[in-house]
Amino acid sequence: MFDDVNAVQLTVFTVLFAAVSVLGFVAARWRAADDLEHLDEWGLGGRNFGSWITWFLIGGDLYTAYTFVAVPALVFSAGAIGFFAVPYTIVVYPIVFLVLIRLWSISHVHGFVTPADFVRARHGSSTLALLVAITGIVATMPYIALQLVGIEAVLKAMGVTGHIPIIVAFTILAAYTYNSGLRAPALIAFVKDTLIYIVIIVAVIVIPYKLGGWDEIFGAAEAKFAASPNPGDGVLLAGPSQLQYATLALGSALALFLYPHSITGVLASRDRNVIKRNMAALPAYSFVLGLLALLGYMAIKAGVVPIGADPEAGEPGDPNTIVPQLFDAMFPSWFAGVAFAAIGIGALVPAAIMSIAAANLWTRNIYVEYINKDATPKQEAKSSKLASLVVKVGALAAIIALDPEFSIDLQLIGGIIILQTLPAVAIGLYTRWIHRWALVAGWAAGMAVGFWTTYQIPQKKFTSPTEFTVTKEHFGGSAFPLSELGYDTTWTIYAGFLALLVNLVVCVVGTFVLRALNAPDGEDATRGSEYFADRDDPRVTDVPEAVG
Amino acid sequence: MSEQVPEGTRREQRSDHSPWNWLLVIPLFATLIPPLFNRTSPDLFGIPFFYWYQLAAIAIGVSTTLIVYRISRR
Repeated sequence: MFDDVNAVQLTVFTVLFAAVSVLGFVAARWRAADDLEHLDEWGLGGRNFGSWITWFLIGGDLYTAYTFVAVPALVFSAGAIGFFAVPYTIVVYPIVFLVLIRLWSISHVHGFVTPADFVRARHGSSTLALLVAITGIVATMPYIALQLVGIEAVLKAMGVTGHIPIIVAFTILAAYTYNSGLRAPALIAFVKDTLIYIVIIVAVIVIPYKLGGWDEIFGAAEAKFAASPNPGDGVLLAGPSQLQYATLALGSALALFLYPHSITGVLASRDRNVIKRNMAALPAYSFVLGLLALLGYMAIKAGVVPIGADPEAGEPGDPNTIVPQLFDAMFPSWFAGVAFAAIGIGALVPAAIMSIAAANLWTRNIYVEYINKDATPKQEAKSSKLASLVVKVGALAAIIALDPEFSIDLQLIGGIIILQTLPAVAIGLYTRWIHRWALVAGWAAGMAVGFWTTYQIPQKKFTSPTEFTVTKEHFGGSAFPLSELGYDTTWTIYAGFLALLVNLVVCVVGTFVLRALNAPDGEDATRGSEYFADRDDPRVTDVPEAVG
Repeated sequence: MSEQVPEGTRREQRSDHSPWNWLLVIPLFATLIPPLFNRTSPDLFGIPFFYWYQLAAIAIGVSTTLIVYRISRR
């Protein structure tokens, strides 16, 4: 378990990790209400976070450890396409700006905790709400599992192998999330993000300097991709992948705030202005992410070899280890330890928020809806706390018992399936024109197309620009060739985007059909003016008495 | 629908509509059309255009959201 361990790195890592764990438990008393036995307290931190806390919380939530290792890894192995993370996180905020404040207002007036709560009230359909809740849980679970992949990547780089360390880390995480709820990741996010900012700023100054400048770095990248037989990689986008780049960025942006954990962060904020301010301030993280992506090229220049790679045998190894390997090669041990801690802690914040969000969906939209209709606020909080444990054990089991590849596949699909809740949630915030059963049909169609397209996409290993061997039959990526649809082109499109288009078409056609058949509309429990309510509104109570 | 307006909520009969909201479209056009920036020159400190342009585009996103926020606050 501890062969070739770098003692200095491991010590710094462990100390920071332990300090953060203490913080996680102490968080229960931070800005605390009289008791945590209410879902608004445990699951939304009292719905009272100001601009700074929200910035750290949502930033820590969206820009996960997995993002931090996977985006540079993609740039390392494929080049420009990996940079989609930048346009993705640029366009997301202008897109959701007006939408989220509506969601915040209506949720605060009605005491909604999850997106499915809103769907239930707005469309008067418990079926649709259940579908949205299940979609959210299914999309979130593999995402939690992938945070473990992030921790594992840094542990591997420090020479620590085996599953026991991540079991210990996740057990501690589970314990303080159970204890403190959303306050734990909110407080830890301060440490996580501060460390991340320091590490990245140092990295983009020191590493290019050591490597002889940006010219050298991009020169090495160009040489690598020129030598590679894959026609799709390169420092610039290959022609056919431009549509994939744009639709992947747009589709991911549309999906991001449909994820339950993002909505949890938004609903925990104090008022509309906190959200608006954050839409302007969160791109600071996008900048950091962009710089991080460039670490992939620095790793090429520095000659970093992924752990487990064997270039002679053509074995690619684990590309997720390239950033930790780069830090290991470029930084003194103590600072590499800090950098590893930043990534490791970076896994804890989103994992905690995701498990809380999934637990809230379970409680509000399955437990209260179908199992215990008269649950007291205390029972709701208890149910969520227990569910958060179950979710984490599930994620841990998925990584340990199954191939981590399985979680990566699922997360790929996760983004695509969560996108299918867009008509019910995001469009639903604006109009009820789409019939509730058309929404259900659109969801089903989108899911089917999402699965079918990703199932069709193989993972290829090129031996020459035109010849390749298929290394994986299915779920090999999200770039769907338009030629599969009969178009005579080499262009590819993001599978999730295609699925969403089909979903929307079915929604529209279905609505016309259902209206023609006089199918009854659902009842709308919301009123127009409630979508603009702010904190000073008497209808908005800090902690609603009877939630729902 | 004519509903009774609860006391003190007249201010909330507003909406989020504003012509300034259209500013939010700018970042989409600036970043979602790859042919606009899928090239290496001009470079900046050795960083190809493709990369520094998109990093710089973050400022476009920030300024538009900031302007819309400032105006809607009034």
